[in-house]
Parts: sequence; C-alpha cells; structure tokens
Amino acid sequence: MKSFLAPLTNPLVSNNPITLQILGICSALAVTTSLKVSIVMCIAVTLVTGFSSLFISIIRHQIPTNIRIIIQMTIIASLVIIVDQVLKAFAYEISKVLSVFVGLIITNCIVMGRAEAYAMSNPPIPSFLDGIGNGIGYSIILIAVGFFRELFGSGKLFGINILTPVSEGGWYEPNGIMLLSPSAFFLIGIFIWIVRSKIKKDQVEATEYVILPQTQPSLQHS
Amino acid sequence: MAQHLLNIFLQAAFLENLALSFFLGMCTFLAVSKKIETAFGLGCAVTAVQAITMPVNNLIYSSLLQEGALAWAGLEHLNLEFLSLITFIGVIAAIVQILEMTLDRFVPALYNALGIFLPLITVNCAILGGSLLMVERKLDFAESSVYGIGTGFGWALAIVVIAGVREKLKYSDIPSGLRGIGITFISAGLMAMVFMAFSGIQL
Repeated sequence: MKSFLAPLTNPLVSNNPITLQILGICSALAVTTSLKVSIVMCIAVTLVTGFSSLFISIIRHQIPTNIRIIIQMTIIASLVIIVDQVLKAFAYEISKVLSVFVGLIITNCIVMGRAEAYAMSNPPIPSFLDGIGNGIGYSIILIAVGFFRELFGSGKLFGINILTPVSEGGWYEPNGIMLLSPSAFFLIGIFIWIVRSKIKKDQVEATEYVILPQTQPSLQHS
Repeated sequence: MAQHLLNIFLQAAFLENLALSFFLGMCTFLAVSKKIETAFGLGCAVTAVQAITMPVNNLIYSSLLQEGALAWAGLEHLNLEFLSLITFIGVIAAIVQILEMTLDRFVPALYNALGIFLPLITVNCAILGGSLLMVERKLDFAESSVYGIGTGFGWALAIVVIAGVREKLKYSDIPSGLRGIGITFISAGLMAMVFMAFSGIQL
C-alpha cells in the first residue's frame, strides 16, 4: 500500500517540485498576492497535471518519440482551455486577476516535466497519482507564500481583516513590498533555506570552491 | 509615432521586465544562468524567437481569431478567441523548429552555439506569456513587433546579469542550506528591487 501511494506522497516534501526540482516557479511567484487567487491557481494546476499525466500515460505506446513534445503540448493545451473556460464562466473576477497566468499553465514546467519524466514510462494510475501529488506539492508552497504575502502585505486573509491596517483605524502599517515582486523571490528563497537546513539536510548543494579555514574570519578574534 | 514605439520598447525592456516583474521564463532563468556565455546565447535565442513569434501571432489573432475577424467569410458572429492558447503554442513550436532548421542550413556556427537551447525555448513561458500579454493589451502589428523585441531584450539582459552575479557568488561563503538555488532566489529578488527603480520613466 505504501509503495502504491509513493508517487502521491513523495512530491509533497522530499521531492517537492518547487523547492527541489525547481519547476513551475513563474506562476508560484506571480499569482500569490492573495490567498484566494493562489488557491484557485493550485486547484487548476493540480487538475491539469493529474489529468494530462493520465491521458499521456494512456497513449504512451502510440506516441512516436520525435513528435512527442507537440502531442503532449496539444493534450495539455486542451485541458488548459477547459480550465480557462470554466473559470471565465463561474469565477470571472478571479480569472481577471489571474489573466495570462491561466494560459501559462501550458508552459508550466511541472506539467511538461512530469509528463516527460514520469507519465511517458509508467502506467496510467501511478501517473495520475504522481501528477496529483506534484500538484499538491506545488500547492503547499503556493499557499504558504500566498498566506504570508496577503497577511503582511494587506493585513488580510481571504479578504477579511486580520491585522487591522492604520487606514481603517487599526494599528498595522501594511508592508507594501510584500505585494510587489521582490518579496516573492525572498519568501521562496527563505522556504528553500528552511527546508534544506532543518528538514532535508541531504538536499544541500555542494560548494565548488572550499574556503580554507585560515582565510575565514576567526571567531575567537580578540 | 516613433516616440510611442520607443516608449513601448523601454517599457517592455525595463519597467515591465518579463523575468523580474512578471516572473516569466523563471525556470530557464534559474536553470541556465550558471555561466555568462550560455546565458548570453540563450538570451539572444529568446530575443530572436520573441521578435518573430510576436508579430506572427498578432497577425493570426487579428485576422482569424478575434471576434468578427472572419466577417469576410460571412461569419460575423464567430468568436474563436478560445482557440488562441492552442494556436499560439503551435505557432511558437513551429517557428522554433523552422528557426532551428534555417540556422542549421545557413549559419551553422550560430546553430552550434545555440543548438541545445533552441528546443528549450518552446516551453519558455516568456514567449507564450509575451503573446498573451500582447493580446490582453490590444497592440497592433507595429506595436507588437517592437514589444516582442523589447521583451526579448529585457529578458536577455536579466539572465545575463543574474549569471554574472552567480559567477561571483561561487566564491562566497554561504550558509549551507542557502547554497545554490536558495541564494539565487534572494539575488533575483534584489535584482527585481533594482529594476523597480525604473518605474515612472516615460518619454
């Protein structure tokens, strides 16, 4: 049972698509200014990854190798069009905020990466679970980033005041930079730092140049 | 007119830098920025593809997909906009392929220099994102050509700069958990802050 569920649980922390595989960064940074939008994006990406892996895996023996990228693209693009149309029909406001980023799920490296690395060589059910697992691994980071950016950037969660801002008679001065692009880079950088130094020490990258001990600033300097 | 186009170029290259303010093409931006030389090659390739695909996509969109574009065929109410995603990605894949074959045939030196990066460009979100932003802003043919060159140039500039920073970072003493990709994110964040200083420039 454990090995059956491995494709689903592995990508959550130990093989997380964002912190370890460095896939799908674009949307992780761009849509996280509010929690609601990030959650919609997570659901969309998880569904597209899961189903594209499933369909690609079903026809994997029929795909000629030299045109496989185009075929994968077509399957992914069709799924994304469905998601885009559904969002426009039922959540028009959110689809306006997401704007081009729904379309960009097509070139989201997670979807292509999992199709290429897993679905092309594995049976449909594990591929589907792998797609969903990677989607959830991506969602964990996205929701965490969205939580911090909305909470500190505008003092709200899901649009409800948590830290009442000064402009509405409260005490919290909203930190504007959390809503701008640099903070997303900083937050993901810090997440990677936490994961690698506390949870997964084996993911630390090797240094190319070792600094000799005598050139390091000495701690016992008097 | 010329000033308007120059303004679009500057805006696309600096103010709304695709890599640093829209986070497009981040995967390649982080993965292929270890050396200045390779980063420069990829930057040139992206600029070339962006400059070609953007006007082509603009033509296809305005003459086939837009609402009412097929009026000449008696189909005034046909709105094929929902097909734009799949059309754009097809056009991009085809143009990358054609560019690859043309370079191989006529400029083998450049082909060998860029060879490995060309297929990667199909899945670079900066290209598709640029086309989608072009549609969203309703740019015309001339504007979209300039916008294509501008966004490509801005992206190339960003990846060359981050590659320069990373080449220097190799020699520094970084906390173990932050080494490699972690510190790259932090430096990209600092670069994004620097690019924010361009905001407000208008000709």
